[in-house]
Amino acid sequence: MMLRKTALAAGVFAAALTGASAAYAQTEIQWWHAMGGRLGEILQGQVDQFNASQKDYKVVATNKGNYSETLNAGVAAFRAKQQPHLLQVYEVGTASMMAAKGAIKPVYEVMNEGGFPFDPKNYLSAVTGYYSTLDGKMLSFPYNSSTPVMYVNKDLFKKAGIDTMTLPKTWEQVGAALDKLKAAGVECPMTVSWQSWTQLENLSAYHNQPFATKSNGMEGMDAQLTFNGPVQVKHIANLGKWAKEGKFIYGGRRNEAAARFRSGECGMMFESSAGYAGVKKEAKFEFAISNLPYYADVEGAPFNTIIGGASVWVMQGHSKEAYKGVAQFLNFLAKPEMQAYWHQNTGYLPITPAAYELTKKEGFYDKNPGTDIAIIQMTGKAPTNNSKGLRLGSFDQIRTIIDEELEGVWSGEKTAKVALDNAVARGNELLRRFERANK
Amino acid sequence: MEKRVVFRHKLLPFVLVLPQLVITAVFFLWPASQALYQSLLIEDAFGLSREFVWFENFENLYNDPLYFASFRTTAVFSISVASLSLGMALVLAVMADRVIKGTNIYRTFLIWPYAVAPAIVGVLWLFMFNPSIGLIAFWLKQTGYNWNHVLNGDQAMVLIVFAAAWKQISYNFLFFLAGLQSIPKSLIEAAAIDGAGPSRRFWTIIFPLLSPTTFFLVVVNIVYAFFDTFGIIHATTHGGPGKATETLVYKVFSDGFVSLDLGGSAAQSVILMFIVISLTVVQFRYIERRVHY
Repeated sequence: MMLRKTALAAGVFAAALTGASAAYAQTEIQWWHAMGGRLGEILQGQVDQFNASQKDYKVVATNKGNYSETLNAGVAAFRAKQQPHLLQVYEVGTASMMAAKGAIKPVYEVMNEGGFPFDPKNYLSAVTGYYSTLDGKMLSFPYNSSTPVMYVNKDLFKKAGIDTMTLPKTWEQVGAALDKLKAAGVECPMTVSWQSWTQLENLSAYHNQPFATKSNGMEGMDAQLTFNGPVQVKHIANLGKWAKEGKFIYGGRRNEAAARFRSGECGMMFESSAGYAGVKKEAKFEFAISNLPYYADVEGAPFNTIIGGASVWVMQGHSKEAYKGVAQFLNFLAKPEMQAYWHQNTGYLPITPAAYELTKKEGFYDKNPGTDIAIIQMTGKAPTNNSKGLRLGSFDQIRTIIDEELEGVWSGEKTAKVALDNAVARGNELLRRFERANK
Repeated sequence: MEKRVVFRHKLLPFVLVLPQLVITAVFFLWPASQALYQSLLIEDAFGLSREFVWFENFENLYNDPLYFASFRTTAVFSISVASLSLGMALVLAVMADRVIKGTNIYRTFLIWPYAVAPAIVGVLWLFMFNPSIGLIAFWLKQTGYNWNHVLNGDQAMVLIVFAAAWKQISYNFLFFLAGLQSIPKSLIEAAAIDGAGPSRRFWTIIFPLLSPTTFFLVVVNIVYAFFDTFGIIHATTHGGPGKATETLVYKVFSDGFVSLDLGGSAAQSVILMFIVISLTVVQFRYIERRVHY
């Protein structure tokens, strides 16, 4: 009885919320996403604004858990022919989505049909490139993108007698800073989050080294992994040496390291630019954000870094009318005000130059120094074939393999060369399997 | 001579067992046959293209040394969990059986952990042993022992064994306690009068009489360690460092649900199904003979 009353009350409440528009024949657009907590609230804010801005469509956003749970929900729903219109998929799922041609509808197509001709010039290619065909047609809509940056604990640097006006720019300078931090008794001179992404994938792009053949898989599914090249081996060997000397403290496969940095234990951290909000909120010390370091002896370095995060895919099998609404909604999300709102509140990157200019004009970067590092680092140079992004099948599993092999280096069981060779061989097996399954 | 009751009705027995048959068909036979079929396919995630490959998924597993390593990990993990949780529970049950004052309080505290969800158990232990913020890790460091399960595979294994066993102790405790209480006091008293000491009474009377309970619990605990500990591993180690804590079930999950390799994952499930079937057969055919009912 109680239950029924509550249900009734909830129904009345929901009716009251949507009541005004009930008279119109609204088309519902389902969006399944993986944004929990504060990010979920900000996302819902965007959806509410869109729903209030027009009367023909109603976007219903549903959180389906974390990234892999959301992708699984989408896959299962597609198999049961109950798929949503929009599905948020993390960047490592990109190849799987692209290969599923009968399951997705490219975003540029949806936009063109919906009357919003898609012009790649209006987008930041460093961000959209990851999710576009080689000739620049956007396949999925980049929703939340970030790139790794270096965080520095200035208090610890001062304690170790390091000049905080010029932060380390190259890995050699990082090494020198680590020596001083260690000598000053700092327990955790340096730590790393998402090691495959920050120390291998981005290292490769930043130094114009191929992570895989075929432009890192962008040109075809028959790509072979190549991240066991000299620059990568040298870097992993350096990190391994620092781990042995107690200068690099490994925190875990995900962003466990971030908690350690925020508590003030670590001198330096390599982590997503989206980690900014957390550091700003919790850090009881002075910190700075800086570009990723590079190896000065690599020709042309540094190039640009690549993104991580997720994009929104449009699923096949819905009505023309619904796709019109989808186009309108995506167009709404790309508006400078929407992008600036998202960028400033979350630390994720804006996807249009207009949003970047707007944020600059509002003085956000002056008030929050370091928040523009990520975007400058990404757009500093035109992306090469090695720095557009990655498009490799089973990539989540390949990252796990990389994690496993790197852990062998940090614990001193394997040399960098052996670990990376292993990871390449094991990863290639998965790529061949993926290629076969997605013919 | 054995007495047999004969039902003359032909239809009624079928109607009576029908609900059970339907449940078995829907929740076991149907999904199991799906898994069998899926294990012979290589398919993309969305089911848009599929190739029938006979036993290639199994061949791949056979040729994968890491898969065999996962067998070893699973064996070490399951045996450790089962023996640790059974041993601890037996000790606690024998002690709790002797307590006269405040029995309910002791028992409630001992049964409590069973109500905690596996993922929460994992997080709880992870907090205590976290190398940077964990209290126990901190104490260990104070004594000069370097606890770092993030990089040390053996320590990671110890951590998940503790977490998994801790949760199961309560369950085992309940059964052992009930078993202990059903042993007639007169037997024990008679032995005491004959001059048998406490340890002799335990090993020659109590332990053999507990054997049906112990046997049941061994089966349940092995099945628990095989299948139910997934949440604990997922919350604490994610199968790492390296592959030090990747058990068979965890591998099924990560291949199937994270990397969406449905064929390979299904093949592993089928192998797991046969392992459990054969384990159960062995336990009931050979070990059960030694059990006194």
